Amino acid sequence: MRHIISILIENESGALSRVAGLFSARGYNIESLTVAPTEDPSLSRMTLVTRGSDDIIEQITKQLNKLIDVVKLIDLADAVHIERELMMVKIRTTEQTREEIRGMADIFRGKIIDVTPTTYVVEMTGPSSKLDAFIAAIDGDTIIEVVRSGPTGISRGEKGLHL
Amino acid sequence: MELNGAQIVIQSLKDEGVEYIFGYPGGAVLHLYDAIFQQDDVKHILVRHEQGATHAADGYARATGKPGVVLVTSGPGATNAVTGIATAYMDSIPMVIISGQVPLPVIGSDAFQEVDMVGITRPCVKHNFLVKDITKLAETMKKAFYVATTGRPGPVVVDIPKDITDPRIKIPYKYPKKVTIRSYNPAVTGHKGQIKKAVDLLLTAQKPIIYSGGGVILGEASKELTEFAQLLDFPITNTLMGLGAYPATDKQFVGMLGMHGTYEANMAMHESDVIIAIGARFDDRVTGKLDQFCPHAQIIHIDVDPASISKTVKVAIPIVGEVKPVLEQMLEMIRESKKKPSKKALDSWWKQINQWRALKCMEYDRNSRLIKPQYVIEQLYEVTKGEAYITSDVGQHQMWAAQYYPFDKPRHWINSGGLGTMGFGLPAAIGVKLAFPDSDVACVTGDGSIQMCIQELSTALQYNAPVKIINLNNSYLGMVRQWQEFTYESRYSHSYMDTIPDFVKLTEAYGHVGMRIDKPEDVRPALEEAFAMKDRTVFLDILTDRTENVYPMIEAGKAHNDMTLRVADGTSTDRELA
Ligand SMILES: Cc1cc2nc3c(=O)[nH]c(=O)nc-3n(C[C@H](O)[C@H](O)[C@H](O)COP(=O)(O)OP(=O)(O)OC[C@H]3O[C@@H](n4cnc5c(N)ncnc54)[C@H](O)[C@@H]3O)c2cc1C
Ligand SMILES: Cc1ncc(C[n+]2csc(CCOP(=O)(O)OP(=O)(O)O)c2C)c(N)n1
Ligand SMILES: [Mg+2]
Repeated sequence: MRHIISILIENESGALSRVAGLFSARGYNIESLTVAPTEDPSLSRMTLVTRGSDDIIEQITKQLNKLIDVVKLIDLADAVHIERELMMVKIRTTEQTREEIRGMADIFRGKIIDVTPTTYVVEMTGPSSKLDAFIAAIDGDTIIEVVRSGPTGISRGEKGLHL
Repeated sequence: MELNGAQIVIQSLKDEGVEYIFGYPGGAVLHLYDAIFQQDDVKHILVRHEQGATHAADGYARATGKPGVVLVTSGPGATNAVTGIATAYMDSIPMVIISGQVPLPVIGSDAFQEVDMVGITRPCVKHNFLVKDITKLAETMKKAFYVATTGRPGPVVVDIPKDITDPRIKIPYKYPKKVTIRSYNPAVTGHKGQIKKAVDLLLTAQKPIIYSGGGVILGEASKELTEFAQLLDFPITNTLMGLGAYPATDKQFVGMLGMHGTYEANMAMHESDVIIAIGARFDDRVTGKLDQFCPHAQIIHIDVDPASISKTVKVAIPIVGEVKPVLEQMLEMIRESKKKPSKKALDSWWKQINQWRALKCMEYDRNSRLIKPQYVIEQLYEVTKGEAYITSDVGQHQMWAAQYYPFDKPRHWINSGGLGTMGFGLPAAIGVKLAFPDSDVACVTGDGSIQMCIQELSTALQYNAPVKIINLNNSYLGMVRQWQEFTYESRYSHSYMDTIPDFVKLTEAYGHVGMRIDKPEDVRPALEEAFAMKDRTVFLDILTDRTENVYPMIEAGKAHNDMTLRVADGTSTDRELA
């Protein structure tokens, strides 16, 4: 099953490689990984998407917790949560296709954030599945480049991941 | 007090009560060596290879329970230490390894003798630090000792760039009394509800067994374990790492379990209905084939590391905490409980176990005209009255030492179980001897293993650490040969060395006493003579039966009730006695 694990980790050099190294050393799969500092400059927040049986996910969370730099973590998949991913797509355009791409971006609530005579860059956020759907909806031959941040997530309601 | 970085490191070792540093100098640690020169409180032991430093510190730690301390230079000094760090990591041994690093401004420039020590050791340390600021140095040292010795112990590396130890830069020194790390709070006591559940299950068990391991020794809980087993009258088995946690000469002890465990221990595990695992981690050498592991048992597991629990074998009642307080709580609950273990059930369980015992799985040919390695260990036991510290290397000799020297006390059996590092035995013995100069210390080794750290004979002389080396010389990488005999139709691919050195001359060249023994009747007198030479290191090169194998054995991929045993004529047989 797919799990999205949210981690508060000491904002120290090397902390990221401890997490990444753990996954490669123990043969766990990482689908995506995002990290950025938090409102508390001594902490970073990492969101990691992985897949595995319940036993493997249990080991992953235990092994992560064992890392001295890991302060706290939750498996967002355990409760209702919101997931968002940012994507930017650079698309080759012609006079004839511009209208259609703008329309498509609108439907997906995307924004066009860069324009040249021959290209658009479309920015879009949403659950990963929505971004997948947008990619599927446009002509693959026109895509020059896609960048995706990987999902980040937050739980719904009062509860939060903090110290 | 104003100190420079080098002095801060040495002063913090003093403040930690460190007796010995095992190390080897080089460019990046010259400031540190200068600080060592100018004091006498912390004694430095100059080894002959950095691997030796790590194993000696490790042996010291295993025998004393105190953290072992290592000092190595950057680059090759640091990489030479890695095998020993990994060895300590796999067996959860507390160590602090200080490595020199190139100066901060040149890190990352492929400077002379630069390696990314923090990166290289990351997967085989409990934690590591790169010190980037002299004002954090004392605190980092404190954290290193704190992390290494608490919770599930392990090695911690402190990598110190040369400019941090610059003698010209002095700062006020204060060693913190206490540190806390917000992200590190190891469990101590277990969950009361879980402990209660466990006690209830134990008191209703019909065929219980205690499976205890290295965690009991690491957690100083032998006394509690012994009381616990004896109060319940349950059979008890130990892992290779747990030997000595429970007195092996006691009647409730059924021997080691696992690949080279006894028939009775493995059968009892297989047939049991309740297992309590105490500070043991269900290693694959113990469990054998996982899907046939203890098919009838409900399992209770006490471990300080949650990640050890339900890692390979699912357990019914996990208890996260240290062995000692958890066993204390259990003892109290059992004493207060109105329920008692069923005498009738236990009587018939013991009857069954004694039948398995009657098979005498450890018998060997006592009439052989060749020296049997098992006989050597039995004689070693008698000559040392069972009181010696025994270190070992890795191979058949290691298993024979474990099987034929019954350890009654913890911390006396010192071997590399998890990593299985050949070369461990001799330097470890030196570390033990320095810690306990008045005790007998013997290293049981093999003709292959001893050559991996033999240079430490020189260290033993320099620091007057007279150890006895019992070389069970079969002119084979015997353990490899055994596997090749069993699974590769005796194609002995590179498990034989035909240029084994003359160990007697070699030992003499190092300034010690060497003896060669090739007749069974000479074994006992030679051992007596060797142990009588209190202040000499003696190397006993004992030429043993080259074809001898370690039995019993659970071959790879088999279950506990499917052991290969020795039969009377010395050959082996597959016996299924479920
Ligand atoms: C050639 C060879 C053959 C071998 N054959 C065998 C064999 O036949 N049988 C065998 O048993 N082994 C054998 N081994 C050793 C095996 O590889 C493992 O090292 C060993 O089984 C592990 O022992 P353990 O389970 O006691 O765990 P250890 O490695 O000692 O781990 C200790 C456990 O206790 C926990 N712990 C630590 N401190 C505490 C505390 N204070 N409180 C609570 N928990 C704590 C730790 O978290 C860990 O889970 C062999 C090794 C070699 C090299
Ligand atoms: C450093 C290292 N290399 C290789 C091995 C694999 N290995 C395990 S036992 C063994 C043979 C050991 O031979 P020896 O020391 O003579 O002991 P014996 O088995 O003959 O008693 C080998 C090569 C190991 N454990 N450690
Ligand atoms: Mg050999």
